[in-house]
Amino acid sequence: MRSIGLLIELKNGQVKDTNFGMATAVHAQDREIVALMVDTSVDTAKSSLETHGVTRIINIKTGCSGWNPSLQADAVAAAMEAFAIDSLVGLTSPTGRELLPRIAAKLDAPLIMDCLAIDPEARRVKTSQYSGKTIATITLNGNHFIYGLRPNAVPAVKQPANADIVDFEWAATPEDGYQVIETRMEEGGGQFLAEADIIISGGRGMKSGENFSLLDDCARHMGAAIGASRVAVDNGWVPYAMQVGQTGVKVNPKVYIAVGISGSIQHFAGMKTAKTIIAINTDENAAIMANCDYYVVGDLFEILPELEKALARAVS
Amino acid sequence: MNIYVCVKHVPDSAATITIEGPNTINEKITFLVNPYDEHAITEAARIKALKTDTQVVAVCLGKAAAENSLRSAMAMGADRAILIETDKPADSILTARALAAAILADGEPWIIFTGKESIDSEGMQTQFRLAANLGLPVATNVVKLDVEEKTVTVECERDPGTIDVLRMAVPAVLAAGKGLNTPNYPTFPDIVKSRKKPVKKITLDELDIKTPAAGMRIDTLEPAVESRNPKPLSGSAAEIAERIVDILKNEAKVI
Repeated sequence: MRSIGLLIELKNGQVKDTNFGMATAVHAQDREIVALMVDTSVDTAKSSLETHGVTRIINIKTGCSGWNPSLQADAVAAAMEAFAIDSLVGLTSPTGRELLPRIAAKLDAPLIMDCLAIDPEARRVKTSQYSGKTIATITLNGNHFIYGLRPNAVPAVKQPANADIVDFEWAATPEDGYQVIETRMEEGGGQFLAEADIIISGGRGMKSGENFSLLDDCARHMGAAIGASRVAVDNGWVPYAMQVGQTGVKVNPKVYIAVGISGSIQHFAGMKTAKTIIAINTDENAAIMANCDYYVVGDLFEILPELEKALARAVS
Repeated sequence: MNIYVCVKHVPDSAATITIEGPNTINEKITFLVNPYDEHAITEAARIKALKTDTQVVAVCLGKAAAENSLRSAMAMGADRAILIETDKPADSILTARALAAAILADGEPWIIFTGKESIDSEGMQTQFRLAANLGLPVATNVVKLDVEEKTVTVECERDPGTIDVLRMAVPAVLAAGKGLNTPNYPTFPDIVKSRKKPVKKITLDELDIKTPAAGMRIDTLEPAVESRNPKPLSGSAAEIAERIVDILKNEAKVI
């Protein structure tokens, strides 16, 4: 049977929801979907992967611990060779941006990142180019095929299956001249903004850094990450790590709530792929009001406290 | 030992992209140095000062017009440039082979810089392929660089606020991220001086690269359509808040 590999990412020991969209994107009756997992505990992941159509889990063990993208990419490429998997799908996430190009470079295989749709049969994908202004259809040619799916581009559909677990022991030889010394968390970091399902962002209308606590209050109830426009960052209200846009983070959430953000072209370049955009602004002529799904003409300082109360009731 | 900086000549992010052929755009728009490459050039000029007898060489694969971006790179601090000319579209597999061949033919690399991605094709991979072709270590989205005698310590922003600290042997390929520095925007005298700096022009065919067995071909381009239909939410602040919660819960199903 034809098979396709999925490079699975965990968050806090659980399979991140965005992974299941990969399984849905490549699902076909006569295709074996193989989850590749590197140095993780596969047992806790098994049932959620089975729910989404995974029929085999390859448990790659390198004997090393910690983050080392060079070594992990080598291990995944070796597993692909060992199990004759010619196609691999991963996420265009921070982890995927490190691993997928390393795997592709190692196998000298074509790779398209940030795919909106994948046809593994035709080896054809759709992806955005020119800061999201065009959609390109690209055909891959070669012996191996690597795809980076945009998180949340394909909604996950449940597809029950049974998966067997196969261990793959791989003796790691760390790359010469490449050593990860440490990973450090900075202010505003650790939110996983690029992969968040819900983002609430503040802009010029927030008026100060302290006022971002209003966003924080709402975010806490809905498990949202907090973003910012360039103005808020340039004014020193919040750290650069929170900037969404052309020169900040590009995000693909299910819901993006823009609070006091006018919606410049540069900001849109970072969040236009959000499924639902809700804008709150006092200026009904702000660019974002014409390019969203729902807009509120109103004062954020009145609406946010009410939103916090309503969210608290809804999730309690 | 030279510092090489790979640059790409790309449409201005503010330019209107008009699709002309099935897979081509109207190129009568402003093109400039890929913004991430500007950070790479600036960093190269900074570390050049730390070593004697080091030149900064900007390298570009592109059409004849790409010379303009090489001139900009020289105005920003590169000493000379190499233009690998081709009119054919080049994917990142071919581009990385061409850059590697041109660098090896030119001299001995100390550090090779690229940008972390280009803003036109957004492939995010040429730096990795270049490093693999040369057998060198690679780091991407580099936001801090310290150079020592035989190693470099680099900080890479993996996720916003999550920094990986790496130690790498040189030569190494480093892909610049936005946080690395503030680009050296050239002054008028810099621009005048850059006109006298040499650009070596070679053709892609002259590099005699074996045609890659693998590739990525753009079949078609189409404009991305914005299909949003904005609907107002009105009422009192409390009513609006309830409506937003309803959208989150029942429509987007995220809470």
